[in-house]
Amino acid sequence: MTLSTNPSSSLKMTAQSDDALAAGLSAAARPVPVGKVSASDVSVFYGDKQALFDVSLEMPDRMVTALIGPSGCGKSTFLRCINRMNDTIPGARVEGRIMLEGENINDRGVDPVLLRARVGMVFQKPNPFPKSIFENVAYGPRIHGFADNKAELADIVESSLKRAGLWKEVADRLQAPGTSLSGGQQQRLVIARAIAVSPEVILMDEPCSALDPIATAKIEELIDDLRSQYCIIMVTHSMAQAARVSQRTAFFHMGAVIEAGATDEIFTNPRDSRTQDYITGRFG
Amino acid sequence: MTDAVISPAQAAKARARAEAEARLKRRYRAEARFRFYGRTAIVLALAFLVLLLGRIGLQGYSTFTDYRVSLPVQVTAERVDLSDLGGSNFNLMVAESALALLGETDDPYGEASAEMMAILSGDLGFQILDRLRADPSLVGQTITVQGPMKANASLYYKGQISRDTEVGGRLLSDRQLDWLDELRERELVSGGFNWTFLSRSDSTEPEQAGVWGAVVGSAMMLFVTAMLAAPIGVLAATYLEEFAPKNRWTDLIEVNINNLAAVPSIIYGLLGLAVFINWLAVPRSSPLLGGLVLALMSLPTIIIATRSALRAVPPSIREAALAVGASRTQTVFHHVLPLAMPGMMTGVILSLAHALGETAPLLMIGMVSFVPGAPETLTSAATVLPVQIFIWENASERAFHERTAAAIIVLLVFMVLMNLTAVMVRRRFERRW
Repeated sequence: MTLSTNPSSSLKMTAQSDDALAAGLSAAARPVPVGKVSASDVSVFYGDKQALFDVSLEMPDRMVTALIGPSGCGKSTFLRCINRMNDTIPGARVEGRIMLEGENINDRGVDPVLLRARVGMVFQKPNPFPKSIFENVAYGPRIHGFADNKAELADIVESSLKRAGLWKEVADRLQAPGTSLSGGQQQRLVIARAIAVSPEVILMDEPCSALDPIATAKIEELIDDLRSQYCIIMVTHSMAQAARVSQRTAFFHMGAVIEAGATDEIFTNPRDSRTQDYITGRFG
Repeated sequence: MTDAVISPAQAAKARARAEAEARLKRRYRAEARFRFYGRTAIVLALAFLVLLLGRIGLQGYSTFTDYRVSLPVQVTAERVDLSDLGGSNFNLMVAESALALLGETDDPYGEASAEMMAILSGDLGFQILDRLRADPSLVGQTITVQGPMKANASLYYKGQISRDTEVGGRLLSDRQLDWLDELRERELVSGGFNWTFLSRSDSTEPEQAGVWGAVVGSAMMLFVTAMLAAPIGVLAATYLEEFAPKNRWTDLIEVNINNLAAVPSIIYGLLGLAVFINWLAVPRSSPLLGGLVLALMSLPTIIIATRSALRAVPPSIREAALAVGASRTQTVFHHVLPLAMPGMMTGVILSLAHALGETAPLLMIGMVSFVPGAPETLTSAATVLPVQIFIWENASERAFHERTAAAIIVLLVFMVLMNLTAVMVRRRFERRW
């Protein structure tokens, strides 16, 4: 299995941002960047069963952090800690600190509903509401009171759909049900829905695993575009995808982070033998 | 190739193949047997349904036609006491006019008029009373009244009482049959749709008895049940399913709700008797009381149906709403409930249809009583369709038996309408996700 080691080589990147330049620097010269989201000693329990063991991870802004690892390794569990979706699971308990811009999101004073407006999420299976395309995108801004009138709301919907690269395909049928779109379009609609509430962080839980290769390529391109504005954290099963779209990678195994670092470093020069075994396809 | 020697390996292969074929045959036979059982069961069920509906239909359809007589009545001054109109014998006056019309006179013992009164409805006499109350100057004139025949006379016209039956069995004398024939020949009697049955309430006289009071009673009672059971049941189920923590207490509540759905309905009647009548002093045999009891009875069914409708909403929809920052309440009321709506509505309508046909608990709370009028308020005495059926079934007069079947038909029509509504609501609100 040969993997592209340069994140920018497989995607036609036009704008060379500072981050892209940083990604091009040699591994040794690169310090661990300060995280937009930083987790320290995060443990998660489902009842008596511990699913995560003291996970510490820095997830920097304007970068894509890929969480990889075999099934059941806890990467999705970790992802769901960042917007406190684990709160909705009965019996789930989270320990440790997750800082978002210097604020512990597990603090008593933090309201999970407001947190989720700052930390958007995209799921494995596209899950648009069974409502119109417009309503799907407009729902978030409406409940958060982002728009004072209909025109403003329509503006938000349009710009979100444009940023999600879906506007051209749906501009003439905004009232059609969201579920009538194809799988790839639905996933972009869901991304538009997430960015309509102007989040700072976007979590993606295997966003392409239910899509065909062409739709996958479109989503990957979109993720790369969105990177310039958001901190993106993505769980993926495809190491090729992690290599293509992410700048940083964390390898999870048995509920712990085995290794984390710059993506090219992890894929070319893994320090841990388990990481090496996993990325070369020996297990997982 | 000539006759090849069959090697042991080939023989084994052939054996295995034969066994596989035998197995396949057995499998097909088992499937054919199962299909046969299934078809037999369906045919049996349909046969019983046809038998049931057919019997009710055959027995009840004749109720929907009745025979009305149109009779000129000589309002003779000697039979009218203007100072005591209610005490005057208008039925005798009607009978005498009818006899005169047929060219007969009453005998000194009044036997002929008595027999005539037995084939003409007392309703005719009441009509004359009403007309005289409104206009006393009618005395001495001839007025034409139109009204039903007595039930037995109608049965004769419908062919359900025949001249060949011996007199004791047919309840009509030869003379009465002659009069009936003559009335028909003179075209004073005509058959038509029985509006009386649909527009009047219970009566001791079958030809004047109708289901209207029971229909109004049923509608009022069902209204009370729906207003109480639907919102309480839906909200309770929503709370239990979407908000309540899952612990031992909620498990206990769930088990109890499931058990309550299986409690015999007459127990709910006892509960209503003890709580609503004896303790809360709700007026007995009122639609309010019946509605309260049936609401209690419907609640577990509605809660169970609503919970399963809520459970059928995919969790991805809840996650989607939560992930854009909707609160738990917003998630439930904006997304989950609308999706569960068709299932919930179907559950509610079907359990209301069940309540509509319920009789046993109503027996316990005094709704089995003779109520000769439609209820005017929720607290006035009323009867309901299934109870009306129960009452008429116990009546001794033959004409009440066909009315029993006809009332069943009316009840079934309402049931079918409600079930159709359930289907339409489901179609209307069903959405893909």
